Amino acid sequence: MQAKGRVFKYGDNVDTDVIIPARYLNATRGEELAKHCMEDIDKEFIHKVQPGDIIVAQKNFGCGSSREHAPLAIKCAGVSCVIAETFARIFYRNAINIGLPIIECPEASKAIQDGDEVEIDFDSGKIYNKTRNESYQGQAFPPFMQKIIAAGGLIPYINEK
Amino acid sequence: MGMTMTQKILAAHAGLDRVEAGQLIKANLDMVLGNDITSPVAINEMQKMKNQTVFDKEKIALVMDHFIPNKDIKSAENCKCCRDFARQHDITNYFDVGEMGIEHALLPEKGLVAAGDAVIGADSHTCTYGALGAFSTGVGSTDMAAAMVTGKAWFKVPSALKFVLTGKPSKWVSGKDVILHIIGMIGVDGALYKSMEFAGDGIAYLSMDDRFTICNMAIEAGGKNGIFPVDEKTIQYMKEHGNKPYEIYEADEDAVYDAEYTIDLSQLKPTVAFPHLPENTKEIGTFGEVKIDQVVIGSCTNGRIQDIRQAAEIMKGRKVAKDVRCIVIPATQAIYLQAMREGLLETFIEAGAVVSTPTCGPCLGGYMGILAAGERCVSTTNRNFVGRMGHVESEVYLASPAVAAASAIIGKISCPCELGL
Repeated sequence: MQAKGRVFKYGDNVDTDVIIPARYLNATRGEELAKHCMEDIDKEFIHKVQPGDIIVAQKNFGCGSSREHAPLAIKCAGVSCVIAETFARIFYRNAINIGLPIIECPEASKAIQDGDEVEIDFDSGKIYNKTRNESYQGQAFPPFMQKIIAAGGLIPYINEK
Repeated sequence: MGMTMTQKILAAHAGLDRVEAGQLIKANLDMVLGNDITSPVAINEMQKMKNQTVFDKEKIALVMDHFIPNKDIKSAENCKCCRDFARQHDITNYFDVGEMGIEHALLPEKGLVAAGDAVIGADSHTCTYGALGAFSTGVGSTDMAAAMVTGKAWFKVPSALKFVLTGKPSKWVSGKDVILHIIGMIGVDGALYKSMEFAGDGIAYLSMDDRFTICNMAIEAGGKNGIFPVDEKTIQYMKEHGNKPYEIYEADEDAVYDAEYTIDLSQLKPTVAFPHLPENTKEIGTFGEVKIDQVVIGSCTNGRIQDIRQAAEIMKGRKVAKDVRCIVIPATQAIYLQAMREGLLETFIEAGAVVSTPTCGPCLGGYMGILAAGERCVSTTNRNFVGRMGHVESEVYLASPAVAAASAIIGKISCPCELGL
């Protein structure tokens, strides 16, 4: 599985309240939530994002609430992967469970800049920065989580068993 | 090598003699929780499953608390979805208007969580029940859906940080100040993926309500869970609130911790977290004048009876400052009733505050106290992120009920001692 796209770069502690503000949590459908994705941190995001684009952030991405609406909004906005130095643990679980690819890679999260063209190979965890001609090694998922991702999320994984 | 308290509970629920940090396990659950925001998403996911039978109708709790009484049509539809689901599956612990409370105050009050339990909830503040000596942690809606059917969840066994609490806190220092101090010390990702285990003789001076507040905000340090050892106060609390069987787990003496911190509670001062992160803490007296527009006293963090009593003690016979709106929200119907019987609601209303039915409303910027651009609020809630309580240019200052009440009277962030208390 691979991803390829242009990067939107953010800093530390991007919280779930800025990913999808609670005033929109009366909605449950991903497509509806996606319209407000990142609204409180970057009003331009939703107008600029193209299918396949990639979010790169620094430490503790997705901290705060347990709302699955956050990874869902990102996924339905067309984002193919989130790269960060670290993820908040509930966001990490939720992303795997709904099938939004995420990779922890401190090196990539420092080096990649806003607007860079980046390619990711999920099987190897390799991240290639086309703009800067640099490669970074991200952390591959443990086999158990790879199975959930390969099945397309937790529910299909349970249905398969 | 010994196990931490959390590791022992997880091992027991996974049917294993021992577990180690980093190990992936599947654990049996004693309670699965959801609210009116997260449950509709979970119910939708559950409808994609081959098996759609709930594992145990007694071990699922659905609490309508975020946007109820419903703030708009979409919220009403979400609650209706939960209500229909609860009826269809005959869910025992379904709590709607009239019976509800803020979930993390309600479940312990109803005796639905006991020491030694393993609990997940589709709400990040599910970590609150660690105060009872249970393992409990927040998850998302898909995990909730899977757990409602299978009764299990997967966990990566966490390593732990140990916080040794010593000494007796002074009069206006409560659980909120303890946890804000800790988050200020280790940062909002200081306990990322880890347990926060509390120990030490200072625990004896912390009420159950203080301990709920402390565990509630473990997530604000990135923690997987917070947990207190079980003592006489815990047992007394469980006896008063139900008869659920409990099991006491203790950390091994040779348990391994990633780090150990000692905190002398007698040295702590009332603490405030400045915008826009809970780690931006400052002790009262170390900053200049911060004028405020609103005060919120309530939430799963600080809407319990001790919190309401403390706020009332400060506001009794005084008036809320002219330019301040003060909103008091007892966390459950029982707390509301108790506050009414003790005359506390009268105190608030006479002081010029408003008292609301239980709701999470303003804490997450839902309704019942949204801020305009440039406005500042002192709040006993748990998060002060950008836009958390309203406009992206509004500001939330996190504090204890005592500081919030004193601030409401004086009109700027203040200590009760400034009122001669």
